[in-house]
Amino acid sequence: MGSVMLRMKGIDKSFPGVHALDHVDLDVIGGEVHALMGENGAGKSTLMKILTGIYLKDSGTIEFEGKGVEFTSPKEAQDAGIAIVHQELNMMNHLTVAQNIFIGREMMKSGFISDSMMNKEARKLFDRLNIDIDPSETMGNLTVGRQQMCEIAKAISREAKLMVFDEPSAALTESEIEELFKIIRDLKSKGMGIVYISHRMDEIKVITDRVTVMRDGTYVGTMITKDSTKDDIINMMVGRVIYEDPKQTSSVPENAPVVLKVEHLSAGKMVKDVSFELRKGEILGFSGLMGAGRTELARAIFGADKKDEGTIYINGEQVEIKTTEDAVSHGIGYLSEDRKRFGLVVAKSVAENSTMSALSLFMKGVFIDRQKERKEAESYVKLLKTKTPSVDQLVVNLSGGNQQKVVIAKWLIRNCDILIFDEPTRGIDVGAKSEIYHLMNELVKQGKSIIMISSEMTEILRMSDRVLVMCEGRITGEIPIEEVSQERIMAAATLRNQEDNNGKTKK
Amino acid sequence: MEKLKNNPIIKAIGTQRLVALLALILLYLTFGIMNPRFATYSTMVNIFDASYYIGFMAIGICFVIATGGIDLSIGTVLTMSGLVAGFLSVNMGFPIWLVIIICISIGTLFGVINGLLVAKLGLPPFIATLGTMMLSKGIGSIITGAQSVTWKSGSDPEGWYRSIFKIKTEGGLLIPTGFLFLIAAAVLMAVVMNKTKTGRYILSLGSNKEATRLSGVNVDKYLIIAYVISGTFAGIAGLAYSTIYSTLLPGGGAGFEMDAIAGVVIGGTSMSGGIGTIAGTMIGVFIISILKTGLPFVGLQTHYQQVATGLVLIVAVFADVYRNRKKN
Repeated sequence: MGSVMLRMKGIDKSFPGVHALDHVDLDVIGGEVHALMGENGAGKSTLMKILTGIYLKDSGTIEFEGKGVEFTSPKEAQDAGIAIVHQELNMMNHLTVAQNIFIGREMMKSGFISDSMMNKEARKLFDRLNIDIDPSETMGNLTVGRQQMCEIAKAISREAKLMVFDEPSAALTESEIEELFKIIRDLKSKGMGIVYISHRMDEIKVITDRVTVMRDGTYVGTMITKDSTKDDIINMMVGRVIYEDPKQTSSVPENAPVVLKVEHLSAGKMVKDVSFELRKGEILGFSGLMGAGRTELARAIFGADKKDEGTIYINGEQVEIKTTEDAVSHGIGYLSEDRKRFGLVVAKSVAENSTMSALSLFMKGVFIDRQKERKEAESYVKLLKTKTPSVDQLVVNLSGGNQQKVVIAKWLIRNCDILIFDEPTRGIDVGAKSEIYHLMNELVKQGKSIIMISSEMTEILRMSDRVLVMCEGRITGEIPIEEVSQERIMAAATLRNQEDNNGKTKK
Repeated sequence: MEKLKNNPIIKAIGTQRLVALLALILLYLTFGIMNPRFATYSTMVNIFDASYYIGFMAIGICFVIATGGIDLSIGTVLTMSGLVAGFLSVNMGFPIWLVIIICISIGTLFGVINGLLVAKLGLPPFIATLGTMMLSKGIGSIITGAQSVTWKSGSDPEGWYRSIFKIKTEGGLLIPTGFLFLIAAAVLMAVVMNKTKTGRYILSLGSNKEATRLSGVNVDKYLIIAYVISGTFAGIAGLAYSTIYSTLLPGGGAGFEMDAIAGVVIGGTSMSGGIGTIAGTMIGVFIISILKTGLPFVGLQTHYQQVATGLVLIVAVFADVYRNRKKN
């Protein structure tokens, strides 16, 4: 192994209301693959965005190849030799592979772009990397895995010396991952420094040399991969002090009836054969990593996306939910993780949003009874302590927590009995958070039932009566609150299906 | 200036509508000063005459634009309605009351087709209505054998329908009854837009379709309703046009929709959806019909009307865009 190539020291970064990074250190040696691990929201992405010039740090130093550097734009980082392969690829699907690789620095011949020259150069590049891709192929025709390789080739062609892979394997098949690892090993042998972000424990063990773990925006520690066990790493990832007391026992009575029963539900690629029950007065926590299929499951139950298979029972009766209208008429309400896009019509007023799902209750003949509408909206503003100057205020002007309260008001006015909260406190500050929690507890006390999807461990532990864990579209664990621990959840959340491991999927 | 902005009356009307209203008054005064014959009662009636078909189309398409869509077919649907209904009246002897119903129903039918294409088949509104624009243009000509159609004259026993839009008293005085109908339709549809479930959900889905759908609203249904309103008003516009101008040419009507769209946009309705103002639309429509009627009075040919409308459109919308940009 070579010498230290990158040294980030005491990196600090705050966003309004959030201390995203608290004096984080990271060093990468030339010729090593360095894993960067941590839960969602631990600060990995923020750290990498600072490294690649997307964000500016508040304080701390970055040394690259022995020199202090200060990147103020992605281009500067690129020019210095730092490249990042994002989880979502930035490719122009209608252009060819070579055109994509040389975008922004096209090769010219007598004043015209020369595709033949670029194809030749791209071919040379692929040969060097032992990749077999036709440079004149249209990008959109390649699989995600091959597109990623083009992205890697693009970085190499820009003479990158340090490469960051942000969850590269998330969208790849088993054999594509193998190919990716081959390329990574090759780059490593050429002395390149590699930062590898992934949630998949088995991959970390296979491909990385050292592991740095982050938690809640702080640096936890760095270990040699082969000297540490999977449990060590998980402990480092979750070992924070939980400042919110987790629930000790379920508050659902033994004989509480089942209000929602889902059997063998499959939908698209993200929901595979899911079955579970929700009981009256229960908060059922859905844990798992991002992309585990929880939101997709919620949307399928709610009729927002098509179901391929499966049956749904409400209060013991089989129901047909084909549209969101069906779901709402059966008393299901869905509170999206992305309130501004899916939860609210932000350019409309608090009153209009509040009554959106239950407008029929506010009709006087064919006309909307504005008086009644405003009154009802006002009473919920009071009840939920929503901070807004008036119910005529446009929702876009409210803070995240208050917007969430408007969404809650919408479903309460509709009198839904089953509420699906998808990341109920994402983007909400601490004070408003506990208000939302308080509200959810009130709701179940009144006999409503809640499905709570959350990527925040503390939230899951504090709120749930029972925890279901999903991984890659399946339910991989059911844990009663009495037995729940972060370690058990983490273990289930990273439990990959054996069939998938062999490169075969059930589909 | 600040004081002016916070004036409750100005706030209620809205900046863009206020600009449009001032432009309307200014235009009328300018033409009137340049040619005193413009400011007469009979010219006023002419302005009204030109406003009916544009006005009805504009009221209808305002609903589609509020959903964030567009309906390019209304101009040719107008012509097809007039052609086919007139043909049935003159050549087939259909009673005029039935002809009126058929004229409007053809518009409704195309509205239903547009709505289904957009909501159920998921075609982009521009493409779907471009298709039905061509369809209606062609079918109208085919049915009438590519012949022009002249509706029955006022002296015909069945010519009573003409007094729906204009009554000529025995003393020769013209009473523009159509104006009353147009305003009544505008008031009715403004109420639909602002006070009913239909209007609320059309505006809401125009602002954020996915959030509206996830609130349990049948957005397809309300999308279709918007296109049906647009089509139906194109049919009513067909009746208005036929009554005022009597003769319809096969293959005509393309481009009428642009006058209507311009009227809607000048009035302050956003092309990106979520906002729809019928009152503003009416102001926009009258700006266009004043330009149409007034330019010949100051010695400019009708081509200049296009130039003038274009300029007014750009200035009016720019005023709005500029204001929004400053706000952000």
